[in-house]
Amino acid sequence: MRRVMGHEKRTWRAVSLGAIAGVAGIMALGAAVAPSLAAEGETELKHVDWSFSGPFGMYNNAQLQRGYQVYKTVCANCHSMDLVSFRNLGEPGGPEFSEAAVKALAESVQVTDGPNDKGEMFKRPGRPSDRFPTPFPNEEAARAASGGAYPPDLSVMAKAREGGADYLYSLLTGYEEPPAGVEMSPGMFYNTAFPGHQIAMPPPLSDGVVPYTDDTEQTVENYAKDVSAFLMWAAEPKLEQRHTLGHRVILFLFVFAIIMFLAKKAVWKRVNKDHPPSTA
Amino acid sequence: MAHSTTDDHDDDVNRRDVILIAAGGFAAVGGAAALWPLVDQMNPDASAEALASIDVDLAPVKEGQAITVMWRGKPIFIRHRTAKEVEEANAVDLSELPDPLARNPNVDGAAPATDANRTAEGKEPWLIMIGICTHLGCIPKGQAPGDNKGEYGGWFCPCHGSQYDTAGRIRKGPAPENLWIPPYAFTSDTTIKIG
Amino acid sequence: MADLGHPSTYRPTTKLGEWFDARLPVARMMHNQFVDYPTPRNLNYWWTFGGILVVCLAIQIVTGIVLAMHYVASPDEAFNSVEFIMRDVNWGWFLRYTHAVGASMFFVAVYIHTFRGLYYGSYKAPREILWMLGVLILLLMIATAFMGYSLPWGQMSFWAVTVITNLFSSIDMVVPGLGTSLVQWIWGGYAVGGPTLTRLFALHYLLPFVIAGVVMLHIWALHMPGNNNPSGIEVKTKGDTVPFHPYYTIKDGFALVVFLLIFFALVFYAPNYLGHPDNYIPADPLQTPPHIVPEWYFLPFYAILRAIPNKLMGVIALFGAIAILFFVPWLDRSKVRSTSYRPIYRWFFWLFVLDCLMLGYLGSQTPEGIHLILSQLGTIYYFGFFLVIMPLVGIFETPRPRPGSITESVLGRTAPPDRTANPAARPEVVK
Repeated sequence: MRRVMGHEKRTWRAVSLGAIAGVAGIMALGAAVAPSLAAEGETELKHVDWSFSGPFGMYNNAQLQRGYQVYKTVCANCHSMDLVSFRNLGEPGGPEFSEAAVKALAESVQVTDGPNDKGEMFKRPGRPSDRFPTPFPNEEAARAASGGAYPPDLSVMAKAREGGADYLYSLLTGYEEPPAGVEMSPGMFYNTAFPGHQIAMPPPLSDGVVPYTDDTEQTVENYAKDVSAFLMWAAEPKLEQRHTLGHRVILFLFVFAIIMFLAKKAVWKRVNKDHPPSTA
Repeated sequence: MAHSTTDDHDDDVNRRDVILIAAGGFAAVGGAAALWPLVDQMNPDASAEALASIDVDLAPVKEGQAITVMWRGKPIFIRHRTAKEVEEANAVDLSELPDPLARNPNVDGAAPATDANRTAEGKEPWLIMIGICTHLGCIPKGQAPGDNKGEYGGWFCPCHGSQYDTAGRIRKGPAPENLWIPPYAFTSDTTIKIG
Repeated sequence: MADLGHPSTYRPTTKLGEWFDARLPVARMMHNQFVDYPTPRNLNYWWTFGGILVVCLAIQIVTGIVLAMHYVASPDEAFNSVEFIMRDVNWGWFLRYTHAVGASMFFVAVYIHTFRGLYYGSYKAPREILWMLGVLILLLMIATAFMGYSLPWGQMSFWAVTVITNLFSSIDMVVPGLGTSLVQWIWGGYAVGGPTLTRLFALHYLLPFVIAGVVMLHIWALHMPGNNNPSGIEVKTKGDTVPFHPYYTIKDGFALVVFLLIFFALVFYAPNYLGHPDNYIPADPLQTPPHIVPEWYFLPFYAILRAIPNKLMGVIALFGAIAILFFVPWLDRSKVRSTSYRPIYRWFFWLFVLDCLMLGYLGSQTPEGIHLILSQLGTIYYFGFFLVIMPLVGIFETPRPRPGSITESVLGRTAPPDRTANPAARPEVVK
């Protein structure tokens, strides 16, 4: 009987080592798939302690509301966000504007609709069900207005870049004078976070450019933080529901695993009595 | 008190049964919880739900004019009727109607199909109906100025010849019911919210 | 199916059950194969991954079908339809993330399951066909996963398809023009585009059901000789086994719950961890991403492909790396099944595991400098393990003494001395 226990212990050791190796393997491979930034010329990535980081992360409503204001005032002039609708601004887990505020924000923009009975496209005030309007009718118009570079859509930008919100924040606060000896191509700006360090977008933020209605200091740093958080929400509007449900599911599975372990032990306890090992 | 092996065995069996029942319970709860998203994902999605209610501005619709708006994928006929059309609707004897019910969720289910029961109080010139023939689902003619409105001056369904009067009630033809009224309410003197 | 060793113990409990049993004995078959089935009593937790894999396949099929209710397989709509699922479809984010993480977990399980087979000699006679069916399942999984990854039509989706389908053009080096024709036939055009996407979707939906069929053959092929076990000694008596239910149903169930715990920890807390940010950029045929990388489970093969400078040889090495698995039952010349009793071979085995992990890491790096050299060494060892180590070590190694039976390995008791001529067959006390 003792030898059977010893066999189990060996199995446990192997399994635990295997599990640790497996988890370490998954983490190593996960880290490995991240492109090596060193190859890009040492871009700088600043780290912010976001309210939504980690398994227990949640968004901050006020920050997302300020972030939306920054997006609308500054970024929306060139960047579309065509996967987000006005109604999303009022849904739980986001900026959570009131229903009236959402309606007002929607009505403050003109949206293209149609064709009408005459076959013409026309403009009308937005409704909550509308998507955010695009600043340009198509990519070519966007490029023409931006010196040939295309301001990408921002709907999933926070997930489309290594570093996520940290990268976006680093980019927005990364505009500097080019170091000595660096030749800038015409129309480009030096940025510490952008791969290759030359970006076509002029620095979009400056102190005081967005009038906040609360008492948050109107600095580039705060604008960058708030709009990066907003972009994270735009990319992952379901983060809060995901985390909350996650706590419940993981707790459930953890308890379930313990019960199953006890069940396995209970079933196997009498295995040698009910099914004697024998060479007969 | 000495425990015999039989007592131990019984204790083991009891303990094992309790644990197995708990395990089975967890499996059942987990299974049901996992099943729900698979079912619910087929329900209307958030963007469809967002269009579940629409606001319509009636100010541009002059007397005698009609507009059609889309609500939940269905055409909604909105006609700003003339006094004559309202009069004609009121003059009809209810016993002549093939379908005596108002078909209006905004009033009682058993309400008779009077013109008053098919419009909002104080807003009798406004007739708002779901523009789908109650026979087999075609969209009746009668909204555009040049359309054939049928014998009763309302709407005419070209598919199988159903004829509706100025209150959208079936008068002749194979359709079994009056044109249905959608749930709606006036949110101001000139705007309605449908749904 | 294999001998139960005793008449079937299935007794229908209802009249309806009897009626059915006389006409289509499905319940009897389930009972014989999964309830009353004699299974070696000494299986360890590495044996739970077969059951886990069946559940993984079911999860992928079920989540895949519901996702297909909302997905649109057109280059203009695909990316946005996936985002529509994530944002507007009820529970859409949960279904999508489960399907994406599920693909990774499916490969974690299949790699563990395969390495278990390699370690314990589960491929040896009479289980050769069982093993080859397994390799076929792996091949089908690789094809399915590759096609599935293309569907969101992100940058990585598009360019992975472009790169991998372009590999076939290397056939031009053997038969001029044939490779290019083949690639255009695959694409349905002169470049990857709409026709490519729609056919990838159709085949991605089809293949999992083919996998399910091959899995049934795989289980059938397993149940003919019965399961292998950690000692590698075949079942000799009834006392060597226990019925599958309740012993292995509960053990597999426990292992499954632990597996799901890891699975859903990823889904809920780090759903994009194993993915690549570039796939959240809509596909742009005019802009190649700076580093095209496949999903992590393809990285070792990707490293092998890029280790060889010649395009055609690289492609042959890539397919060879999977094809060679088919021949393992005949490459390994050892008379001993389980590596537990093969002290020399064991070192080479674990070195092979490390080699695969190293190649996996190298697959994510650019193939130059030290990375390229290590990839080449890793590739040499990969093929050397199968073509050189397996046959030679098998022939020349002196194995440790094996127990006489499963029962003996479980009880650790000495058997009466065996006076057969072959000293290696004499069982001794084993821990």
